Amino acid sequence: MSMHEETSMRTMTMTMTPDAAMVEALAEEMRRDASVLTFGEGVATKGYELAKEFGPQRVRNTPLAEGIIAGTAAGAAATGLRPVIDLLFAPFLTFAMEEIVNSAGKLRYISGGQFSFPMVTIVRTGSGWAVGAQHNHNNEAWFVHSPGLKVVMPSNAADFKGLLKSAIRDDNPVMFFADIGLLHTPGEVPAGEHVVPLGKANVAREGSNVTLVSYGKSVHSCLAAASTLADEGVSAEVIDLRSLKPLDEETVLASVRKTGRAVLVHEAAAPCGVGAELAAIIAEKAFSSLRAPIVRLTGPDAPAPASFPLEAAYAPGADAIVAAVQKLTSS
Amino acid sequence: MTAFEVTAEPRVAQSLETMLTIRAFEEQSAALQAAGKSPSMCTSVGQEASAVGVMNALDERDQILTNHRSAGHLIARGADPRRILAEILGKSTGYCGGKSGSLHISVKELGVLLTSTIVGGELSLAPGVALSRQMLGGEGIVVVFFGDGAASEGIFHESINIAAMWNLPVLYVCENNQWQAYVHRKETMHADHISTWGASYGVKSLTVDGNDVDAVTAAAKDAVSYVRTERKPFLLETYTYRLRGHMEPDTQQYVDPKELDSWKQRDPIATYEKQLLADRAITPAELDAMKARVRAKIEEAAQYAMESPYPSFQELTTNVYA
Repeated sequence: MSMHEETSMRTMTMTMTPDAAMVEALAEEMRRDASVLTFGEGVATKGYELAKEFGPQRVRNTPLAEGIIAGTAAGAAATGLRPVIDLLFAPFLTFAMEEIVNSAGKLRYISGGQFSFPMVTIVRTGSGWAVGAQHNHNNEAWFVHSPGLKVVMPSNAADFKGLLKSAIRDDNPVMFFADIGLLHTPGEVPAGEHVVPLGKANVAREGSNVTLVSYGKSVHSCLAAASTLADEGVSAEVIDLRSLKPLDEETVLASVRKTGRAVLVHEAAAPCGVGAELAAIIAEKAFSSLRAPIVRLTGPDAPAPASFPLEAAYAPGADAIVAAVQKLTSS
Repeated sequence: MTAFEVTAEPRVAQSLETMLTIRAFEEQSAALQAAGKSPSMCTSVGQEASAVGVMNALDERDQILTNHRSAGHLIARGADPRRILAEILGKSTGYCGGKSGSLHISVKELGVLLTSTIVGGELSLAPGVALSRQMLGGEGIVVVFFGDGAASEGIFHESINIAAMWNLPVLYVCENNQWQAYVHRKETMHADHISTWGASYGVKSLTVDGNDVDAVTAAAKDAVSYVRTERKPFLLETYTYRLRGHMEPDTQQYVDPKELDSWKQRDPIATYEKQLLADRAITPAELDAMKARVRAKIEEAAQYAMESPYPSFQELTTNVYA
């Protein structure tokens, strides 16, 4: 916990960045459970506070070798430890796909339930740092498509903490996608024990004319759009999925049944993405409630650019969301 | 007669019987496949001395990671051939409830963990299992079996490097069987011996004749003792040969017949039988009785596996999540 955090006695929250919220979640879980340990590229060096408190056995630097970091986590998870690994950036997951997808995701099933894999894999992605396509690739849907894994992508500091704590306590391998653009934006985090369950979406704003479904940084674009739309007399409900797997279908369907319109927003590309899955679920289960076609607003089918203006254009923004909703509600 | 021979004698007869059991089991599996009664599988025929010799050096504290060519390791560790064969046939009585098939059989109660069929998968998982041993205590070590094919995967480097740097108690057993699926090892690597690579990582290494069960047992005992007391990895290469094809059925048309024949002359079981008979460690009558016992055991296993039920359709989606 940083010295710069402020405690508000009135609301019992603290202001901290998602980056700090993740460290706090990890520290609390490591204090709570001696089997939790963390390792990865620079974990002990950058997380010197954790290293100082928990020592070199439980906070370890590793070689720059994502495959063996993930494989070691899977092997340790199956035999009594609860590793939290940091692979830095989401595109680096390509080096760890075998260990995460084929081992951690499948060996429970293959073995007839003999093993479980309580491990968390943290990666960063998304526009905001102009790091380009080999450090920024919203590939979260790859893991939604892989059996045995859970996937979360929080949108605010409180959820970063609460979802990471839940992920560490879960007995399944959880992929934790941290949106780079959010990491240093301070937010309110409830003081003390704060756990956000996996698989439970958050209705970030209530509304009645249209449902905006999103996750990660795009939730804030949806909230900004909803605010603009309210000035125009359009009431938009904003759903923050928080977990992509398990997916909280009920919250999404209940909202769409109420509003009759769905706009699905994410920074990841459209083909076979989370939006495609949501569109299919809505079409299958709430078709009769729809008063307009389902709309997806996503990043393009292109590698993420490094140039700031192009990067900003890559992610669907509030203006595009407002325009899409206006088109839906005016017809 | 020296003390060593006295203590070693019961072990050698057992080594022969275990090797015979593995051979009979795999030939039975292959026969079921040929008869259309079983899916395909990968056998370790010709490599039995490696499996048995290494297992001779282990005890119940130790954990084992194997691969797609696992029947020898499983049987040598004491797994029930009935349940291995049932697993190969996808039956509910198999060790994994029929959900593994032949390729990734794990038996947690015997310490055979996380069997992966992705070549090199076992190498990626072994350091983590050893990390648990390091952090949770105990004197157990982790043994990982892989081949020259897996040694060609990048993960071999990552695995042995981290085990060396973190002082993890892993015995790396490379069963160099000269074949990487359908490609001869000589086409893919300059070195004849994987063990020569160990020095680059600061890991002690040794090559042993993988077709000589006593030699493997002795080398493995030294290696296990080193890993157990030093809490550091060791690389043991058992130099051997895959006498059958990569997976059943396989005509082995790609195999040089002269090379195959030269290794058949060094068959680890036939060689050992002759040696035990010559040493009078076993009598011809005892050998006959042993072979009859093995035959009956494997016939019973086949009957058990064939008669076992398939899993219920409900099992399609169980054990996906914990």
